[in-house]
Amino acid sequence: MMVDNAWIAAALTAARPQALSALLRYFRHLDTAEEAFQEASLRAIRSWPDKGPPRDTVAWLIFVGRNCGVDGLRKARHNVALPAEERLSDLDDVEVGMAERLDLGHYRDDILRLLFVCCHPELPANQQIALALRIVAGLSLRQIARAFLVGETAMEQRITRAKARIAANPVPFDPPDAEARLERLGVVAMMLYLVFNEGYSRGHADPAAAQLCDEAIRLARLLLHLFPAEPEIMGLLALMLLQHARHRARTDQAGQIVLLDDQDRALWDGAMLAEGRSLVEKALRHAEPGIYQVQAAIAAQHARARHAADTDWGAIDRLYQTLEVLQPSPVVTLNRAVAVSKSRGPAAALALIEPLAERLDGYFYFHGVRGGLLLQLGHGPAAREAFNRAIALAGSPAEAAHIRLHLDRLAELGPPPPAAAIQ
Amino acid sequence: MLYAVLCYNDEKAVSAWTKEEDDACMARLGKVEDSMKAKGKLGPVARLLPTTSATTLRKGSGEPLIIDGPFAETKEQFLGFYMVDCESLEEAIDFAKELTKANPGGGGYEIRPVGLYHPSEIG
Repeated sequence: MMVDNAWIAAALTAARPQALSALLRYFRHLDTAEEAFQEASLRAIRSWPDKGPPRDTVAWLIFVGRNCGVDGLRKARHNVALPAEERLSDLDDVEVGMAERLDLGHYRDDILRLLFVCCHPELPANQQIALALRIVAGLSLRQIARAFLVGETAMEQRITRAKARIAANPVPFDPPDAEARLERLGVVAMMLYLVFNEGYSRGHADPAAAQLCDEAIRLARLLLHLFPAEPEIMGLLALMLLQHARHRARTDQAGQIVLLDDQDRALWDGAMLAEGRSLVEKALRHAEPGIYQVQAAIAAQHARARHAADTDWGAIDRLYQTLEVLQPSPVVTLNRAVAVSKSRGPAAALALIEPLAERLDGYFYFHGVRGGLLLQLGHGPAAREAFNRAIALAGSPAEAAHIRLHLDRLAELGPPPPAAAIQ
Repeated sequence: MLYAVLCYNDEKAVSAWTKEEDDACMARLGKVEDSMKAKGKLGPVARLLPTTSATTLRKGSGEPLIIDGPFAETKEQFLGFYMVDCESLEEAIDFAKELTKANPGGGGYEIRPVGLYHPSEIG
């Protein structure tokens, strides 16, 4: 079998969450588990090219990692020499036994705990995301620092602080009961969606940001492997896939945001859309609606339309109404207003969002949508004012540039452009 | 003689590939396909979506059990497959239910959406 470095790197990345979480259960200490995994990975890189890869890479890494960790602890205590490499030479029999003992139930709770550790309620969202990327996804400090646009030292400090907080408030190691398990799953799902959004909101022109989306998708897929019958996890993965599928069409050559209406749909990733849509269908069969499923169903409605004009805005409006019930929030209503403007016109949409003005005053997208609606209704000066407010509040240069585009069109007094829509 | 060549790999490792690695692998496989195609010997080619998108009908006494996820092989072997073009997952499940009625007993049917499909070149 061909085992080149790229193959080993992919295998180690794939095995990391399972192997590391089992090592965490064994050592009950994050740094020790990470070091043990690191050492096992180094030995894999040294031995797999000659001896061939093991049948079960996860089991091999857990077994070797456990030995390395134990040796490391022993060495730290008694300062004795590390054992010879030969001890790891023939793991085949051990491996089979290991693999048999590592049943799915163990894996599930191990990995869920590892993810859950990163979602500690004491940690702010940005620390949760950084920690998950470092520990679970195994991204380097440099990669994470680049994704967050901060220096490596600052990122290292952020992660060290987060780890210290976790060490001070450890997550219990007893297997959770069904209710606690479901609760953990919900918290972890939210954290993964935060990771995804961190990348998505930055725009995909930046490869470091795009990597966050890839990692979030990979971990959501892992979660669905572990909980194959959870409709919300199907919904979460579907939502990410359906949004990520559009990434090549979302920004133009100049890095400007391209609205859904104006995107070249030939650039959408067909396989990702197909997977997302099929997961939405699977989830809906369960008839247990949840926020990720409904948002994924909305994204699937867009994915179905071959042209922007084919979009079923009435269906999207109804899905947003469901979402308003499941997750009442002015932002959800704002998104619904975009669908309403398409199906029932800008006046109805404006009436829907005017009551939100106070609560969403600091949100750039509110002013962007409102400006777009005012523009459609022919209220030029009011639209200009709203767009200016949106620019002042924009979170990224691409967002600000996009609003500026509306202002330019306003200056030209050309035909009214479509309302600012969901990207 | 017609042969079906079934593809197996570690799904977690494959899904950890970058887009570039995936594309490169598909391009290499595409070259192998092309040589078969040139000889007029290539039938339909399909890449299935991940097992997380699978739905399985487990046969038993009475109505089949519908389970999320792939068919967990225990003592059964892979014996054949159908390719159907359906409007919805529901329609595919209905078709598979008909199959279970026609062929009751053990085993089951796993429904997997197809991500990439090249129609048959065989006349």
